[in-house]
Amino acid sequence: MIVLEKRPQPSRVWSLATPLVAVLATMIAGGMLFALLGKNPIEAISTIFWEPLFGEFAFYYRPQLLVKGAPLILIAIGLSLGFRAGIWNIGAEGQYIMGAICGAGAGLAFYPLDAFYIFPIMVIAGALGGWIWAMIPAFLKVKFGTNEILVSLMLVYVAEQMLASVSLGLLKNPEGFGFPGSRNLQSYDSAHNAELIAGTGMHWGVVAAFVAVIFAYVLLNRHMLGFHIRLTGEAPRAAKFAGVKPARLILFCLGMSGALAGLAGLFEVSGPAGQISIDFNVGYGFTAIIVAFLGRLHPVGILLAGLLMALTYIGGEIAQGSLGLPAAAIQVFQGMLLFFLLALDLLTNFRIAIRKSEVA
Amino acid sequence: MKLTSLLASAAMALGLATGAVAEDKTKVGFVYVGPVGDGGWTYEHNKGRLAVEEQFGDKVETVYVESVPEGPDAERVMTQMALEGADLIFTTSFGYMDPTINVAKKFPKVKFEHATGYKTAPNVSVYSARFYEGRAVQGHIAGNMTKSNIIGYIGSYPIPEVIRGINSAFIHARKVNPDVQFKIVWAYTWFDPAKEADAAKVLIEQGADVILQHTDSTAPQAAAQAAGNVVTFGQASDMSEYAPFPRVSSIIDDWAPYYIARTQAVMDGTWETANTWHGIGEGMVAIGEISDAVPADVKAEALALKAALGDGSYHAFTGPLKKQDGSDWLADGETADDGTLAGMNFYVEGLEGDIPQ
Repeated sequence: MIVLEKRPQPSRVWSLATPLVAVLATMIAGGMLFALLGKNPIEAISTIFWEPLFGEFAFYYRPQLLVKGAPLILIAIGLSLGFRAGIWNIGAEGQYIMGAICGAGAGLAFYPLDAFYIFPIMVIAGALGGWIWAMIPAFLKVKFGTNEILVSLMLVYVAEQMLASVSLGLLKNPEGFGFPGSRNLQSYDSAHNAELIAGTGMHWGVVAAFVAVIFAYVLLNRHMLGFHIRLTGEAPRAAKFAGVKPARLILFCLGMSGALAGLAGLFEVSGPAGQISIDFNVGYGFTAIIVAFLGRLHPVGILLAGLLMALTYIGGEIAQGSLGLPAAAIQVFQGMLLFFLLALDLLTNFRIAIRKSEVA
Repeated sequence: MKLTSLLASAAMALGLATGAVAEDKTKVGFVYVGPVGDGGWTYEHNKGRLAVEEQFGDKVETVYVESVPEGPDAERVMTQMALEGADLIFTTSFGYMDPTINVAKKFPKVKFEHATGYKTAPNVSVYSARFYEGRAVQGHIAGNMTKSNIIGYIGSYPIPEVIRGINSAFIHARKVNPDVQFKIVWAYTWFDPAKEADAAKVLIEQGADVILQHTDSTAPQAAAQAAGNVVTFGQASDMSEYAPFPRVSSIIDDWAPYYIARTQAVMDGTWETANTWHGIGEGMVAIGEISDAVPADVKAEALALKAALGDGSYHAFTGPLKKQDGSDWLADGETADDGTLAGMNFYVEGLEGDIPQ
């Protein structure tokens, strides 16, 4: 009989190996899926994973990995702090939107003034926008004990309505012939989050993502607050004895993840996206949850997971364009990744043992 | 900018490299906002793509990417198509406007065609269909069919194209039924079956027995079918699987002739920037079969209206018409000019509620 035995301690080997095994299992199962769709599985998998990195047009796709991965990493880093402490911010998408609205709004308020201080003001406004949006669930939880999962998630829909409203009203481009959407910040130099070195994809959002990774690493490993975060997640009772104040931790974790999500929104709207529009948000806030878990809630892991996720997006589009794979197959493929990761996660805490069946 | 020149030179190098191989094969790319199986907007664009393949056979290669979000993702998908040697790229959603212009700048030799937008460039054309002509026919039938005198309207986004459709349907419903009221719900999506179904249910609960939709899925049709006594119209595609009832007719976008003509122009080297706005007359807008659920006299009137719109003897916006606030818009016999229609951001007199701002 095959049984699962609980390990006395979580296995370090498996905790590191599961993401790799999950990627491998996804490739195999995904390959089978593509084969069933009548495509050459090896060609499809290699298009997704190889083409963006080393293919003919890698010079274009490699920078795009940073552009696509940066917001995911920035948001996921913020989320991971809370997740580690058992504080579940599911509404990063809303905080991302509010950051973009506040940041873009701050910039457009100065239009057409040309000044060096406009972009920094936008950055601060973006972070504040996300922070305030996250403080709503934080405050309600601390004050009234509401569930932050529900409140933060519901606020996503409120934020989407605000986005539609400002696209059609407050921030609408006065020269846009009545069509919704703001002015394009890409053509407003003082507010444009341009590439720092042309052709590299490096914009301020990518820099911020790298800084956030380092910051989170230091916080979690070298700082008392980081210790408290980890302790609260791993042993809540011990945390209490160690003098952790849950309210402060909730405010910090939610506020931090909100501010980072807001920053991601600001950098996106002022750079790659360029304008506030009704469909500005494309789900980075939700995908970042997958990225956070795929990266084991570890800063370096999140960095790698964010880039891997970006790779499947970009490679997936190439596979659609050149092999005619349907978009749904690519989405299933991405879903498999999380599925295998969670399934294999079992092996971190349990081991498979074979026992003789007991006679009753 | 460096990237621009890098991409341009890469594109040129590619042009040189593949020129010998692909000389007689024209590559046409399509960027879709929904899945090809949406049964509406994207489905019809994809039918246009298949028509191009059928028309030109081996002389053409088509590629497409579906469900592409509007924004930087669209820009990347277009760049990818251009890099891989596309000669002509159709970008089929309003939100692709700025990305199309951006990518077109980097690839001056590739031709771009953007649907429903207004920004053109030396290598970017825009094209759209006069859906509002179809709305006039729909409004005529809807005004006759409603018993509760409440017509529900599922709007996608409050942009000129959608507002034009609401106004046109309302004007022609009022003409045959002075008591008719429109209830409008904004779904803020082009394609989201769950949201569209909710919108339809809300409208039905509010007493609507005819539902018009400017969203692309068949979910409102299913909701109407479940309700039993609610009339619907197919949107963008025929949606004939819901005929003869609840779907009594439809507006069909027929992109195939345009796509074939533009592909031909690229092959011949005669492609030029154009601003195309075709209607029933040119065949870009078609009216799906009017089912037997519609009384014969109403059907005959609707077909006559369609014919008049098609041969240009009647314009869907003909005065006297007033704006919602009571101010004069068109004098008796005057017709709306395209400029006003293109940027239409007001309701006509009689419609209730405000356009979301």
